[in-house]
Amino acid sequence: MIDAAALRGRRDRADRSFRGLAIGAAATVLLVLGLIAVTMTARARTVIGELGVSFFTSSRWSPADGLYGALPFVWGTLYTAVIALVIAVPVSLGVALFITEVAPRALKRWLIYAIDLLAVVPSVVFGLWGVLVLSTVLPRSFLAAGVVLAIMIIPIITSLAREVLETTPVADKEAALALGATRWEMIGASVIPHSKGGIVGAVMLGLGRAMGETIAAALVIGSATGQITLDALAPGNSMPAVIANSWGEADTLQRSALIALAVLLFAMTIVVNLIATTIVQRSMRRARGTV
Amino acid sequence: MVAESIQAARTVAPPRVRPTLTTVPDAAPTVFDLTDVEVFYGSFRAVRGVTMAIHKNQITAFIGPSGCGKTTVLRAFNRMHDTTPGARVAGKLRYHGVDLYDPEVSAVEVRRRIGMVFQKPNPVPKSIYDNIAFGPRVNGVRERGKLDAIVETSLRSAALWDEVKDRLSASALGLSGGQQQRLCIARTIAVEPEVVLMDEPCSALDPIATARIEELMRELKSRFTIVIVTHNMQQAARVSDRTAFFSTELDSATERRTGTLVEYDATAKIFSNPGDQRTENYITGRFG
Ligand SMILES: Nc1ncnc2c1ncn2[C@@H]1O[C@H](COP(=O)(O)OP(=O)(O)OP(=O)(O)O)[C@@H](O)[C@H]1O
Ligand SMILES: [Mg+2]
Repeated sequence: MIDAAALRGRRDRADRSFRGLAIGAAATVLLVLGLIAVTMTARARTVIGELGVSFFTSSRWSPADGLYGALPFVWGTLYTAVIALVIAVPVSLGVALFITEVAPRALKRWLIYAIDLLAVVPSVVFGLWGVLVLSTVLPRSFLAAGVVLAIMIIPIITSLAREVLETTPVADKEAALALGATRWEMIGASVIPHSKGGIVGAVMLGLGRAMGETIAAALVIGSATGQITLDALAPGNSMPAVIANSWGEADTLQRSALIALAVLLFAMTIVVNLIATTIVQRSMRRARGTV
Repeated sequence: MVAESIQAARTVAPPRVRPTLTTVPDAAPTVFDLTDVEVFYGSFRAVRGVTMAIHKNQITAFIGPSGCGKTTVLRAFNRMHDTTPGARVAGKLRYHGVDLYDPEVSAVEVRRRIGMVFQKPNPVPKSIYDNIAFGPRVNGVRERGKLDAIVETSLRSAALWDEVKDRLSASALGLSGGQQQRLCIARTIAVEPEVVLMDEPCSALDPIATARIEELMRELKSRFTIVIVTHNMQQAARVSDRTAFFSTELDSATERRTGTLVEYDATAKIFSNPGDQRTENYITGRFG
């Protein structure tokens, strides 16, 4: 006979200590994040107290007059990130599809290796390349920053997209091929629908990276007092770039303004990530047939 | 519903006589003609010495113990091995006299004529409608009205229409396993192939769904040539006109077991009076 007590309470000790460890680690991460948010917000309050909402709505940034409007830098960040995506997404998806579906096995290994290497090149190297090489054909501008950012995020998006594409079940691909689909038709019918969510996630991660990138953007964006213009060849400025470029000589109020910019950037990347997660989850649910 | 469509089919094609012991219509035109076909995975010879002919508008069943190469041979019929790295087909495999492995022959064209239903239902993560319409679309049908008609007739032929007609735009992955498999059959016949290859199409299904699919196969036989792999010997006996028994034997060259075709004959003959002791052992349940 087995009594109920014998079945109860047999969760062993290793299991319980692992649980403790996992919870502890998760709590530490949240704590650190919370501390960063709290201290940064506290220091950003000086400028908000001084200028009110005009910090978020004004497009004038003039430390000499004590005016700090974030808009030009928000614009510069979003505009360069969008330029970067427009360039990087088609290239990355093309390379990822080439690696997973077209390249012969030997070439495939080398390509994966090369892409992974590109992904770990320090961003200052890309930035300097932008200064030394790119600036001979392009003025320092939104576009130049967008190009450098694109080159930086191509390996990230490619490598994530490749991993997602590779998880397409062979059965799904054979389903399309067995109906007389060509390779491209098969990719459209099986590989892309299967990988949509993951690809969106990869692109969003690239976007987050492009928005937060400091040094490469700071070197080639032109560091003009920010201007809001669609002219991609105009010099501009972005949030991380202005922080890096002007922190050194900033007074208390300006530092507070720069910190407020950082907090705003932090919030923007969180929003981007939330949107990405939602899109990924929704498309996964749809693929699983629960919507 | 199924009865109706059988009726409908009868009005276009004259009823076939079920074959008895000796009356398998040998005279039926040959669709596939295999001579000494071998399939390799890398250096491993998985199957050797397959010589057989598959006849038009008949159901041919492949039976045999697990690992004897039934799937491997079946996938050679529609060049499905092309997508498996390292897989290679040797010998002569002719389809209406054309060597399927001639370098001039395009696998895409081959698969448009020779459809396949897989062991595990594999709808793609798209709507029910798109799963069916995909094949006709890649074959050049663009008109919405025409596609609608194809989707409906294919689903009706696969005895699935009544269950899904109100949710054609819902994801195919939300269907039950049996419904998914019938969807895969519908999808295959939507491109009007000449041949339908089926690899254990009922292995994931309950007896009722299995019975429906068998009924379906008998009905489809008037329009298609069917080759089916099955582990269910009653199923082979019930639905097929001819049966091929595969088994493995030690390949003295590699010291590994290689699949081979042991016996191929009218189903009634195989099940009542097999010509090879190994066949008899297998169908009577004495494996070895
Ligand atoms: N992709 C592959 N790579 C290497 N070996 C393979 C591959 N597919 C099958 N084989 C081998 O080829 C032999 C025949 O396999 P196959 O799948 O054709 O058998 P089967 O008769 O269909 O078996 P089952 O009844 O279990 O489905 C087996 O030894 C198997 O291990
Ligand atoms: Mg098999």
